[in-house]
Amino acid sequence: MIDFDWLFFLEVSLAGLGSGALLALTGLSFVLIYKATRAVNLAIGEMLMIGAYAFFSFSAGLGLPWWAAVPAALACGGLLGAVIERAVIRPMLGESAISVLMVTIGLGSVLIGAVELLWGADPAQLPDFMGTSPVFLGPAYVSRKIVIGFAVAATVITLFILAFRFWRGGVALRATATDQGAAYSCGIDVPVVFSMAWVFAGVAAAGAGILVGAVGGISPAMGIFGLSALVVVIVGGLDSVVGALIGGVLVGLIEAWTGTYLGGEFKTLITFGLLIAVLMVRPYGLFGTVEIERL
Amino acid sequence: MSDVSEPILEVRDLSLAFGGLKVLTDVSYTVPKGSVTAIIGPNGAGKTSMFNCISGFYRPKSGAIRFQGTDIGHLHPPQRAELGLARTFQNIALFRGMTVLDNIKLGRHAHMKTSLFDALAYFGRARREETELRAEVEEKIIDFLEIDHIRNKPVASLAYGLRKRVELARALAMKPKILMLDEPVAGMNREETEDMARFILDVKEEWGVTILMVEHDMGLVMDLSDHVVVLNFGQVIAAGKPAEVTSNEDVIRAYLGSGDVEVLRRTVQGEVAA
Amino acid sequence: MRIATAKESYAADEALFDTPTQRVWLALFVAVCALFPFTANEYWLYMACLVAIHVISVTGLNIVTGFTGLVSLGQAAFMGVGAYTVAVAETRFGTPVLLNLIAAGAITAAVGAVVGIPSLRVKGLYLAIATIASSFILHFVFANWNSVTHGVSGISLPPASILGVEFGRPFALYFLIVPIAFLAVFSASNLFRTRIGRAFIAIRDRDISAEVLGIPLLRYKLMSFALSSFYAGVAGGLWAYFFRVVTPESFPFVYSIFFLAAVIVGGMGSILGSILGAVFMTMVPEVLKLGVGVMSPFLSDAVALLSPVRTIVFGGLIIGFLIFEPHGLAEIWRRIRRFFHLWPFKT
Repeated sequence: MIDFDWLFFLEVSLAGLGSGALLALTGLSFVLIYKATRAVNLAIGEMLMIGAYAFFSFSAGLGLPWWAAVPAALACGGLLGAVIERAVIRPMLGESAISVLMVTIGLGSVLIGAVELLWGADPAQLPDFMGTSPVFLGPAYVSRKIVIGFAVAATVITLFILAFRFWRGGVALRATATDQGAAYSCGIDVPVVFSMAWVFAGVAAAGAGILVGAVGGISPAMGIFGLSALVVVIVGGLDSVVGALIGGVLVGLIEAWTGTYLGGEFKTLITFGLLIAVLMVRPYGLFGTVEIERL
Repeated sequence: MSDVSEPILEVRDLSLAFGGLKVLTDVSYTVPKGSVTAIIGPNGAGKTSMFNCISGFYRPKSGAIRFQGTDIGHLHPPQRAELGLARTFQNIALFRGMTVLDNIKLGRHAHMKTSLFDALAYFGRARREETELRAEVEEKIIDFLEIDHIRNKPVASLAYGLRKRVELARALAMKPKILMLDEPVAGMNREETEDMARFILDVKEEWGVTILMVEHDMGLVMDLSDHVVVLNFGQVIAAGKPAEVTSNEDVIRAYLGSGDVEVLRRTVQGEVAA
Repeated sequence: MRIATAKESYAADEALFDTPTQRVWLALFVAVCALFPFTANEYWLYMACLVAIHVISVTGLNIVTGFTGLVSLGQAAFMGVGAYTVAVAETRFGTPVLLNLIAAGAITAAVGAVVGIPSLRVKGLYLAIATIASSFILHFVFANWNSVTHGVSGISLPPASILGVEFGRPFALYFLIVPIAFLAVFSASNLFRTRIGRAFIAIRDRDISAEVLGIPLLRYKLMSFALSSFYAGVAGGLWAYFFRVVTPESFPFVYSIFFLAAVIVGGMGSILGSILGAVFMTMVPEVLKLGVGVMSPFLSDAVALLSPVRTIVFGGLIIGFLIFEPHGLAEIWRRIRRFFHLWPFKT
């Protein structure tokens, strides 16, 4: 047996941590929507993709500097969230969770088609705005993009959690998540909370999309990243912010390890195998709320 | 009349808890065969939870439920249904996507043998069983409950009182030995209540089915039941004949708090307009 | 105005087609289907075969999703299992066609039941996600189990042949595929006249009450999954004989979305809806192609627009029908029929 290369393992793990942070950010966006509106949003990956393409247009297309292109792309993400909520989610209010899930499947399809129509089906690279010089953490080499991605994702997640805890809107959102009727009668404008949740989720998804696109390039198929995020929230629990964070890091690490040591094609096998295993053993995830059924 | 007959259902020291919340504590009572037994008690006393334990939907923490002399505690809900434990639900659990007729037919499920292959071919056993079931449902249940005019309607289009009646029809299709009715007349007007009372008595007398019901309408309970069990905070506080129970001061206090017991008693007995 | 439909026995009232008018229409439809190949050209025969394969698969998906309420996004992957089964049986063992198709159904049913096992623990929402996972896992198996599936290069098949008659051209295949589609649809219709079908619908509408009323949930959910997968397996087997080459890319995830869209557009919980949905969704891309043909003189890259527009239209149909017509084309059909039944009186 050959010596195990610990340094290499560390580098792979750090890379995994980096993509795990992006997964956690995407997962957070998913959880935000689920908590507020009880919608399982299977179009999350496609919302992320739109954010990445919007950034692509602003920076490569219009030639804006990155500090202008990023907020513009985030705004587009938020706008997209608002439009989706108003146009397809609100009309489904009161329908079964399954119907809403199917609507988001249709939505994902529409967004993929729209991207292919507007930007073409070929993959592209985002203009480089992070620099390429490698970063060394001790002896371990890490790609600069991954470090920046991790730092940004971690900051944004922290901001979200603080807002959730202390900001009025965050409290309203948590109240709505607990009991829509009660929140409504306490004077919380539930439809506004719905819109707000989708807008913030759209912004978070667009942010994740820019980072994911910067690391791996953009293509109409990048929505597949959303499926990994789906694994994250199933592992963490659909309605748990903490679960999304831990699940994200976990799935990021597992994907990095399998991708490196077993080969890239095993990534889907292992992550989806993990998903099914979690569903069997802990259907509500590690931190999700167990629903009590009533007759 | 029924005090002497053997019990069809026996509940012994049943306790149920959700986390730290004690829903039922050491509940014991028996349901004599052929009787109408009513479970009464204030809201939140654990009456519906009691039913759910008997159906097997909730697993009690301890205690035993014996049906026709055998312990059914380990059986799954469908197995209990097959034994003849039929029930209706407090907030009406009809299947919205089906017609009245199909809802009623569904009740017979556990007693039919049609396999998947029979069903796909609709030949032999499937055809015979379905035709027999249709005839029986029409002649015994639909005619009896006077719902022939709505048999092909989707249940979603029915008025509340009729839905309750369809639920009763479905429970009757289950070939019940004991029929558990969860608030059979809640929310009904006087006329609908009288119809339902008539059906309940007919089921008991003509079908020979034992009835266990949860009900808040004291008039109905007093008129129909042979036996009353009173639950409060998950415990049995009184049991016996209707007249005995209504004069029990614990019961009156549980229902109405403190106050002039004599007035309250008359309220309970329906002598004073509520 | 429809009159004189009184029945003299319960058996007559339980019949699938319970009025003489319906039976006449059915006979006419069968006759048209039987004569169609002798009048249609190659293109329309090709389309008819594809529609029939889709009818089988959509009917299967409707059983599990529309009738039992368990959303499955694995239907294309299940078809893949059936297609590979037929391809392997045909090329390695040379077993008879009908046997291969039954084996395709049976093996896919077994796979489907395994995929349905999470329903032991989880509710519909989570199950939908489990089927997505299963679909990607199956795709991995198709692409990487080289000794059986020949990896990404896939398997090529000879034409199906029964008793020396070769089913190579769409004209011949039509007579293999369409009768099987008829059988599949009639069997499914029968199912929902019996206790099994009622149990499925009960599980969809209120699963926990259904359990208390005597329906063992897990057994029926798995049965529904298995049956739906059987349909997918047979459809996939026919697909393999039709296209004669099976690769992992033949059954992408979007194909599963296509089937789900067909169920929604046609009408969830309606056999008629399965047929309408399959026909409609199979014809949509063709209509789009026609549109592109019309546009191409004016638009230089009109052909390149076809694929994205198709994707948008599929998604748009799912959303539009769920919001505006959740019971699908079947409901529209019913409304038209009711109009004629009541004519000349107004509803």
